[in-house]
Amino acid sequence: MSFLPYAVVVWLLLVGLYGIVTSHHLVHLIVCLTVVQSSSYVLLLAIGYRTGAEAPIYKDIPPETPVVDPVVQALTLTDVVVEATVAALLLALAVQAQKRFGTVDPDEIVTLKG
Amino acid sequence: MSRRVRSGLFLVAAAVFAFLLIWGLLGLPDFGDYRGPYGDVLQQVALPERHTPQVVGATTFDYRGFDTLGEEFILFAAALGAVVLLRQQRGEEKDEEEEQDHPADRQRRDTSDALRLLGLGLVGPLVVLGLYVIVHGHLTPGGGFQGGVVLASAFVLVHVAGRYLILQRVRPMPLVEITEAGGAAGFVLVGLGGMIAGSTFLFNFLPLGEPGTLLSAGMIPLLNISVGLEVAGAVVLLFSEFLEQWLLRGRGGGA
Amino acid sequence: MMVLQGVLLVLVAVGGTAVVLTRDPLRQAIVVGIFGVLLGVLFFAFQAPDVALSQIVVGSVALPAMIVLTLAKLAQLRGPYE
Repeated sequence: MSFLPYAVVVWLLLVGLYGIVTSHHLVHLIVCLTVVQSSSYVLLLAIGYRTGAEAPIYKDIPPETPVVDPVVQALTLTDVVVEATVAALLLALAVQAQKRFGTVDPDEIVTLKG
Repeated sequence: MSRRVRSGLFLVAAAVFAFLLIWGLLGLPDFGDYRGPYGDVLQQVALPERHTPQVVGATTFDYRGFDTLGEEFILFAAALGAVVLLRQQRGEEKDEEEEQDHPADRQRRDTSDALRLLGLGLVGPLVVLGLYVIVHGHLTPGGGFQGGVVLASAFVLVHVAGRYLILQRVRPMPLVEITEAGGAAGFVLVGLGGMIAGSTFLFNFLPLGEPGTLLSAGMIPLLNISVGLEVAGAVVLLFSEFLEQWLLRGRGGGA
Repeated sequence: MMVLQGVLLVLVAVGGTAVVLTRDPLRQAIVVGIFGVLLGVLFFAFQAPDVALSQIVVGSVALPAMIVLTLAKLAQLRGPYE
């Protein structure tokens, strides 16, 4: 039962990869990439979790309370914003693909030559 | 190779990959049993050393500030890449008549009154919320990254409320680009300030103040503000690049 | 491990599957917004309010908006050819 977070991580990773491999539309592919990225966030937070602990903000709890790991949270929160921006860059690439190849189907882009 | 062959090959590869991944993850300590020394050290040291109760913010901008600098520049580069990719090509020109014709008509046709009213009503509170989250990053959950996106979403709301032409005046492009670049440069300059004060890059050289007040934790609020400006600038820039694409009428693009 | 965390993890797995199985990109934009909120609530249950704030703002505001704008531009580019 305590393996459930890691099982969900593996499931999200594989389901996202399946979506990327069998995609018919570049935008659908990019959204499946978002699912793969979210599996890495869940993995990071699951590693840092401590049972029965509080959030790492000492504003109104005494300074000796056990808290969850702040380092993985710092990594994950910058990661979330940055990877959304990278997804926007990929969406711009999809728009350029439509302009150059006339299609956004990944299978057809391979066969058409510009 | 055909689609079915590809799917079959993928399923086999995924099964092997899943097996290896689960085998590796089983070697981790149990969920909830956190043993790492780094987190324990940080939680004991952040409040006395940096006078900030927000340990995650102190980690992001002080103890691991160099990683945040790298992430910030990924953001900058991605926004730059999107702008370069979506630049006006030869043969496309902005439809000038589209921008000037009957803006009142366009609003009536495109969006309902309830949406417009709600959208415009929420813009002010969103800007205030965004600024609050940015500036209080060293006291409560939040900080530059979160607050920057909230601030940018205020501009998104102006568009949703159907007033794209006002958007042109409210977010002139040079100002957005200057904000974004200024935020990125601000981070580096604050880091260099640490070097000038006689120690390492990104050393916390400003007076630390009393924990829990707004003017505390040294340079962490400054870094929060510069990251907030940069993130807000990057998201507004990306969003308006996509919007201007929508206004462009292509002539000769595509196969 | 709390029951809440277990339930949220299962919901996130179901949400991820739903995002992948929705083939139409326009509908996927809505589903990914819901998936983002589910992830945000899961991060709250993991005692990570900063990360949850980030995820909710980015995954439910910025990402669906950009997807819809891209689809509008693609539809416009395809229009004259039909």
